[in-house]
Amino acid sequence: MNEHDQKRIDRLLKTTLPPMAVAGEPRRDLWPAMLKRLDAQPAAVPWFDWALLAAAAACLAIFPGAIPVLLYHL
Amino acid sequence: MPVLEQPPEVLRQFCHGNLDAFEALFRSHQGEVYGWIVRIVRDSSAAEDLTVETFWRIHRAHARFDPTHSFGAWARRIATNAALDHLKTARRETDLPDDLPSHPLPDPSISEELRQKMAGAFRRLPPQLRIAATLALIEEKSYQEIADALGVSTGAVKVRVFRARRFLRKELKRQGIEP
Repeated sequence: MNEHDQKRIDRLLKTTLPPMAVAGEPRRDLWPAMLKRLDAQPAAVPWFDWALLAAAAACLAIFPGAIPVLLYHL
Repeated sequence: MPVLEQPPEVLRQFCHGNLDAFEALFRSHQGEVYGWIVRIVRDSSAAEDLTVETFWRIHRAHARFDPTHSFGAWARRIATNAALDHLKTARRETDLPDDLPSHPLPDPSISEELRQKMAGAFRRLPPQLRIAATLALIEEKSYQEIADALGVSTGAVKVRVFRARRFLRKELKRQGIEP
């Protein structure tokens, strides 16, 4: 495809689909919808939190003697 | 898109999951995010939903945000991914609507039939090529800006734009039009 073809495609595309005239803001306040979304789906616990919990549980299972130490520090 | 950066304290609080800080970021960046998305999907209603989706993803990933980096750039990349996911779904489920949100520019040398065929060819572009073509050829964003938003190199953007042009040319040729 030569440069002439490219320019022709670009012009045709831009004539068909001109740039969007964006006012900059949505037509409505989206914060209520955002709050609804946050309420609907509570934030997922990150995977590393589950990994930490699993590691702690494994440690306690392997070294039960650590349980009183852990309880002392809680 | 103008960069509206927040005080470091707001960004730090956001990282710790503070909802007030998130709301402050939402309110100051929703216009930028919406404006970016609507340019890609060319549908104001879908862009509003995708703005909420973007900020939902942002909220979900708050612990991964580095407050020393630009929140605006991070939000734009997440917004681009949300828009890309939308284009993939819209493409798979239904063909996109024919009524385009912008009115074609008057050009007597280009017939209505040709414009319709070009619009049809554009809708058939694979989503990744479509985003690159939209931002580079229609919205005239710089390759660097597009690369940052897509998380790829400028070279990759140039390749996608080239492939998009070639795809459009082939599609028009298939319909008997020599562009």
